[in-house]
Amino acid sequence: MAVARHAVLIAVATMFLAPFVFVVLTALMTDAQAVTPSFWPRPFQWVNFPEVFRRIPLLTYAWNTTQIAVGSTIGILVSCIPVAYALSRMRWRGRQVAFVLVLATLMLPFQVTVVPLYIIWVRLGQIGHLTPLILPSFLGDAFSIFLLRQFFLTIPEELSDAARVDGASEFQIMTRVIMPLAKPAIAAVALFNFLYNWNDLFAPLLFLGNNQEVWTLTIALSEFQQRHGTEWNLTMAAAILFMLPVILLFFLAQKVFVEGVTLTGVKG
Amino acid sequence: MSPWIAGFSFLILYPMVSTLYFSFTKYTLLSPPTWIGLENYRLLFTRDPFFWLAIRNTVWIIVIGVPLRIAFGIFTAWLLTLPQHGSRVYRTLYFLPSMAPPAAAALAFVVVFNPGFGPINQILRGLGWHNPPLWFYGPGSSKWGLVLLALWGIGDAMIIFLAGLLDVPRQLYEAADIEGASGRQKFRYVTLPMISPVIFFSLVIGVIQGFQLFTQAYVVSLAVTGSTVADAAENLGSPQGSLLFFSVFLFEQGFQNFRMGYASALAWILFAITMICTLAIIRGSRRFVHYQGGGFR
Repeated sequence: MAVARHAVLIAVATMFLAPFVFVVLTALMTDAQAVTPSFWPRPFQWVNFPEVFRRIPLLTYAWNTTQIAVGSTIGILVSCIPVAYALSRMRWRGRQVAFVLVLATLMLPFQVTVVPLYIIWVRLGQIGHLTPLILPSFLGDAFSIFLLRQFFLTIPEELSDAARVDGASEFQIMTRVIMPLAKPAIAAVALFNFLYNWNDLFAPLLFLGNNQEVWTLTIALSEFQQRHGTEWNLTMAAAILFMLPVILLFFLAQKVFVEGVTLTGVKG
Repeated sequence: MSPWIAGFSFLILYPMVSTLYFSFTKYTLLSPPTWIGLENYRLLFTRDPFFWLAIRNTVWIIVIGVPLRIAFGIFTAWLLTLPQHGSRVYRTLYFLPSMAPPAAAALAFVVVFNPGFGPINQILRGLGWHNPPLWFYGPGSSKWGLVLLALWGIGDAMIIFLAGLLDVPRQLYEAADIEGASGRQKFRYVTLPMISPVIFFSLVIGVIQGFQLFTQAYVVSLAVTGSTVADAAENLGSPQGSLLFFSVFLFEQGFQNFRMGYASALAWILFAITMICTLAIIRGSRRFVHYQGGGFR
């Protein structure tokens, strides 16, 4: 029985892994071999990876993408932690109304508000700059606020009261008591935002589309194979180079991911 | 609180109101908006075949993709509850594809499902299917390719279902065993009701995300037509319009053709759909969803 179970589990695992294996093998083939049905690279052409760097300014794109992903993640944390704190650990008039507003915007797709935002950035002359992709994060994000608030609520009120008795200000309570205890939630919010911005295509295409110098990795990857005459081996090598940092991040922070995803779904 | 209030009005409230205004105008960015009343909506609903194509494609991918993702998510999560040893390794492996960036994953699938040299069709031919689908290169099968891509990246949904399954109290299964319930009955009368909040959550998120589907469709359309970002406009939705989804259409109208008024009308239609879905959460969760300890958490 146990053997049968593991057989099924392994079969499904193979299905999940096979595309990765095929992509890696294709990335190591010659240009000519990549479009044949053969499976095993002959010869193993490792130069495909340096070749990708030669074809496109990959490091520039990676730097642009990093600026956006890190910049907006910092923005999200700076703006959302205080709001989540105020919504969960302080009592003030209008708190419920403010929370309902957060909930109302929680599910709103970016596409709904994008036209006027685009027009604003056109007027400010920021199309083709990274600003429209970083700055709005400093004004908060409903999903991150919601997630942090839910977590802050689980921290016992007595801890805050004890700090208040000792004369701590609300800001001190937030930074010295709540934030250390909420590390898992803060890490999850940071990771989700980093990944979202690292992977996003819609917004970068909109705000950066015409200025190749500020392109992100996603934009470059979306047209990589067309620029270079359908060389699938190089395209797959580029795709691997794009996946690699994210996969590494996943292995480094696996626990945060799994707990974070759970936090988004079950407590919703 | 104040930065968020500022953000809310700057990023949400103002854009929503002005989107509504723009949706009643003709606006190309080059000249100021001119009022044309309901003309954009009239055009969309009665004259624009691409609008209905985009709606049909989007509804197709949601109706087929979302239930399959939920079923597959429950199945893989259930598999992960089976082993006594090594479940962490399996969990990591099953979750891994969902970490692949959507653009890279879409390109990978274009190659894996390539009708000529991709391994999938070679296997299908080996199994005796002489004319396997063209997948991303054929209008009849391209959306199935995207559905399979979404199933490959089941990880995020799977983890949520796994947490739901592990949350079901052991005693309920023990009680069912004493009553002599079969495995199927236990699944139908214990597991399903207990994880219904998670199913409902996935359903609503799935519908809303379906209307935002963009990256994978854009990347596939560029890859199969061999076009660049600069000349993407005429090839969006390829092959043959089969991947023209709602967000792709909105992107094309607003930011390739710069028909801002038209795109605003599309945005408000999207807003209406999103609102209906969000209301469905609140109503539906009361009616169909069983909450442990009762009430809406």
